[in-house]
Amino acid sequence: MSGRRIVITSGKGGVGKTTTTANLGAALAKRGHKVILVDTDIGLRNLDLVLGVEKRIVFDLVEVVEGRCQLRQALIRDKRFESLSLLPAAQTREKEAVSEAQMARVVEDLGALADFVIIDCPAGIEHGFRSAIAGAREAIVVTTPEVSAIRDADRVVGKLTAAGLPLRLIVNRVRPEMVKSGDMMTVEDVCEILQSELLGVIPDDEEIIDTTNRGEPVVLDETSRLALIFDKIARRLDGEIVPFTNFNAPTLFGRLFTLWKAG
Amino acid sequence: MLDFFKSLFKPAPSSGETAKERLRLVLLSDHLSLAPEVIESLKRDLLAVISRYVEIDTDHADVTFEHREREIAMLASIPITGIVDRAPENGVRAPDADVENHVIPSLSRGCPEPVEGGHTELPPADPESIPEPEPVLEPVAIVQAEHEPEPEPEPATQTELEPLPKPKPARPAGVGRSRRRRKKYALIAASAAQTKRSAQAPLDEQASAQA
Amino acid sequence: MQAFESSAAEIDLEPVAAPAPPLGRAIVITSGKGGVGKTTTTANVGAALAAAGKRVVLVDADVGLRNLDIVLGLESRVKYHLLDVLEEKVTLDEALVRDKRSENLYLLAAAQTREKEDVVTAQMKALIERLRERFEFVLIDCPAGIEMGFKNAVAGAGHAIVVCTPEVSAVRDADRVVGLLPGDWRPELIINRLRPHLVRKGKMLSVEDVNAILRLPLLGVIADEPGVIIATNKGEPLALDAASETGAAYRAIAAKLAGEEVAAPAVKASPGGGFLSRLGTLFGGRS
Repeated sequence: MSGRRIVITSGKGGVGKTTTTANLGAALAKRGHKVILVDTDIGLRNLDLVLGVEKRIVFDLVEVVEGRCQLRQALIRDKRFESLSLLPAAQTREKEAVSEAQMARVVEDLGALADFVIIDCPAGIEHGFRSAIAGAREAIVVTTPEVSAIRDADRVVGKLTAAGLPLRLIVNRVRPEMVKSGDMMTVEDVCEILQSELLGVIPDDEEIIDTTNRGEPVVLDETSRLALIFDKIARRLDGEIVPFTNFNAPTLFGRLFTLWKAG
Repeated sequence: MLDFFKSLFKPAPSSGETAKERLRLVLLSDHLSLAPEVIESLKRDLLAVISRYVEIDTDHADVTFEHREREIAMLASIPITGIVDRAPENGVRAPDADVENHVIPSLSRGCPEPVEGGHTELPPADPESIPEPEPVLEPVAIVQAEHEPEPEPEPATQTELEPLPKPKPARPAGVGRSRRRRKKYALIAASAAQTKRSAQAPLDEQASAQA
Repeated sequence: MQAFESSAAEIDLEPVAAPAPPLGRAIVITSGKGGVGKTTTTANVGAALAAAGKRVVLVDADVGLRNLDIVLGLESRVKYHLLDVLEEKVTLDEALVRDKRSENLYLLAAAQTREKEDVVTAQMKALIERLRERFEFVLIDCPAGIEMGFKNAVAGAGHAIVVCTPEVSAVRDADRVVGLLPGDWRPELIINRLRPHLVRKGKMLSVEDVNAILRLPLLGVIADEPGVIIATNKGEPLALDAASETGAAYRAIAAKLAGEEVAAPAVKASPGGGFLSRLGTLFGGRS
């Protein structure tokens, strides 16, 4: 039996791929799934930092590929979530150290060990992107409601579609007050422009900066609203139908209007 | 009158809306590999050709592109305000054989009724001030633009007569270009099979071969 | 209409190029990590330099994921791009897009439907050299990452501005990038997206924290504010908005780059905020 192999990608950097990978992975693990996260950003690894396991790295992806250690030896188990592990990227090597075929092989092998293999893709659409998607069977595209992020996401959607990977969208860093004032595109706008199905909406929340500083996935704190949101995304990924949170909670008038329109 | 007041209170488009419109154009340009400027001149030329046959309200003409599943469709909604006198001395003849083949037959198929129904009497200057008895949403013509590299026969999209405007997902107030304009003929041009996405690069083929 | 404008621009370039004054400065704006604000910085610093009368060209080196054109609001005027020039399909003059607001500001866009590997490093170097003959400042917007695109963007430059946000991953990547730049460079640092109220609460790295690790001359600090997103939505760089404090911070950076003695950016980010101005004076003395 082989687990699901999902790549998290975006085109543009800094839109939240790594944070999403860490938290979605943790949320899935919390729900009892066996999850392995793969950092493919060779040379600029960060998933270890976000998970707070940077001090425990012994072996990395490149060493696995070069046969200098066993795959299982390179996996770092998260102390907070027993069923969550990380395969870290190498920091002092080049992306070309791992070919597309080698990456596909590693991801396939990991698939035999877990329910979910989640691959954190580097920014850009160069070699690192191509190898990150090589072993995946489905994709999550992370974007923010900003012009440049959407344009880059569009490029990536095109490439994923051409590669035959089904994909869904996570819109990150939504600022409800800016959407309300018309200064930010709505989630609907983003989905419409990218012609893609929505998997999740994550509001811009300063909590994430704080938790990343400390290397603790926000999912750990069950009272936080982000934990709830990542749990919802994990459930959707799991096949459940979960309604989307409406961050622009409608006013009474708005709600009446919607009712009236629906009627 | 109502329009006047509406325009008084019409807010400038929000920056979110501006962003959306800019993205639409720029992505279209990315997908077609045509500079935005070229797309603009395509629209201009399209209107110019059509206006050789019928009088159109260019101020309210709306040429848009829409992404469909595997293709990009060009949709034009062009209000026709009258019929150009088609006497030969008016120079209505299309020099281009292609145009003659496609446009004229379609026109003659879709148009006879409006001509006889008195539309020629409309003062062409201000079509909006004339209240129409009924909204006329009727396809007038089809212009087919087949994409050269991959014709991909998809008869369904290419021959269908589709009334415009399609109900757009809610635009904020004031953005809708012509909400009150009822007299609107649809002129539909479909469709370029979107080759960009399906043929992106050897790397993509490799990946899909693996998948 | 637009075609006429750009051809007019081409013509008036010629006489300026003739006297061949000393070569301009080629500066790469880089970061390692994506999404920290390289492109916004390039656009704003470039616009501010041009507004101060410098002749500036902005080069988008992010082949395949270009965005500098959108941030500048010039996307509808881009006809040709960097690779067209490198492959000699068009002349440099044909590919340069003049900014609609400034006579001194030009953009050389990246190709959108090509790959970074298509750029030959030596050709890129030669192109930057040619641009330096005609412009006082050549600002190169580097792609994220440290792959081929990074190498090509750095190739022709003689100086670097490193953009970093006060986040662990951004600092780590910035540190990595500094290590990959030529050893004899002294890159300057712009810290972007600072949220003073979070720093105050101890939930965000401070300017000192970041620079204790990177130890680079500080060129400026830019606060995180919604105005940046709005400006990008509209395609109007904040540096040209006289009322914007962020714009003022960019103008101060530009003045510093141009060699003027300026007080460090006295940004006031929040209503309460003497915080950043305090930072400003702190770092004013140091750089």
